[in-house]
Amino acid sequence: MSEFRYAVNVLPKPGILDPQGRAVELSLPHLNVTNVSRVRVGRRVELTVTAASEAEARGVVDGLAGELLSNPLIEAYAIELLEGTSSAASVKAP
Amino acid sequence: MRIGVVIFPDSNSDVDSLNALSVAGVEPVRLWHESPDLSGVSAVILPGGFSYGDYLRAGVIARFSPVMRGVAAFAAEGGHVLGICNGFQVLAEARLVPGALLRNRSLRFAGRLVYIKPERLDSPFTRAATGAPLQVPVAHGEGCYYADEATLDELEANGQVLFRYVREDGVPALDPDEPANPNGSLRAIAGVCNAAGNVAGLMPHPERMSETILGRDDGMQLIRSLVESAAEWEAAGRPAPKVKTGVAR
Repeated sequence: MSEFRYAVNVLPKPGILDPQGRAVELSLPHLNVTNVSRVRVGRRVELTVTAASEAEARGVVDGLAGELLSNPLIEAYAIELLEGTSSAASVKAP
Repeated sequence: MRIGVVIFPDSNSDVDSLNALSVAGVEPVRLWHESPDLSGVSAVILPGGFSYGDYLRAGVIARFSPVMRGVAAFAAEGGHVLGICNGFQVLAEARLVPGALLRNRSLRFAGRLVYIKPERLDSPFTRAATGAPLQVPVAHGEGCYYADEATLDELEANGQVLFRYVREDGVPALDPDEPANPNGSLRAIAGVCNAAGNVAGLMPHPERMSETILGRDDGMQLIRSLVESAAEWEAAGRPAPKVKTGVAR
């Protein structure tokens, strides 16, 4: 078995009102920043999955991302593999 | 008759709901979130609060608690379920009612009195209402009702929009930025029901306006509606709903 670490990035879908993004954008003039636009505020969740393969691990993350970590009605998510390390101890030859 | 009120960690309107049921003359029953057993109650209220600290998204953690398996099964059998405020958010996350509740457009917590008006008086949740605007409190940070345009049209056509925010004179607060619409809800929607009509959610708190000693008792029209519907459902031998409950995600 190996451990795979992922990040799930969740953002409001295009067209969904994002009042937090708007609030950040409205603060920009106070910093004299005038060339930044289309701010969206979301959430990032990092997690580790123990599985036999990256494909299996990704399946678990994908299921969680769609069911729990995001609400597909209003949010989109993207999965990012951060690291995949195989634990040699568990596959030691007899 | 017995009607249950679910208690999640951080529910805070459970006592108000239990009290409103007592005022309506039914026996209120506390239902703990860790058990899917609903103790044979005739209807269920999911009360307001901040279940599980509103972590991740309001209502989503509560959705996966054992009691919600019981609530979903009860709804599928035709039992009446009313979600108030956080209870509405839980029902929406569980896909037992359509749509989602977004951060208030103002980004501010809305805690004040508003007016809502029942869209129809022939639903299980409004049958005892007069049809006049009801003054009820709101207390939420994530109450901005959202569904895509096609879904909104479908809800309107099916009569699934049960309540709208209105001005004092009863005119719907359709401009999401006007004060009578406390959270920017699309089409001023304050409450909806599922296609079968036996599961409903609303953001305002009828149970906190249930006795004149609290200011007014407008909310009792909705509590009494639930009680009447539950009694009728029991008297009819707990008939199954005509339409399947729940929405596939």
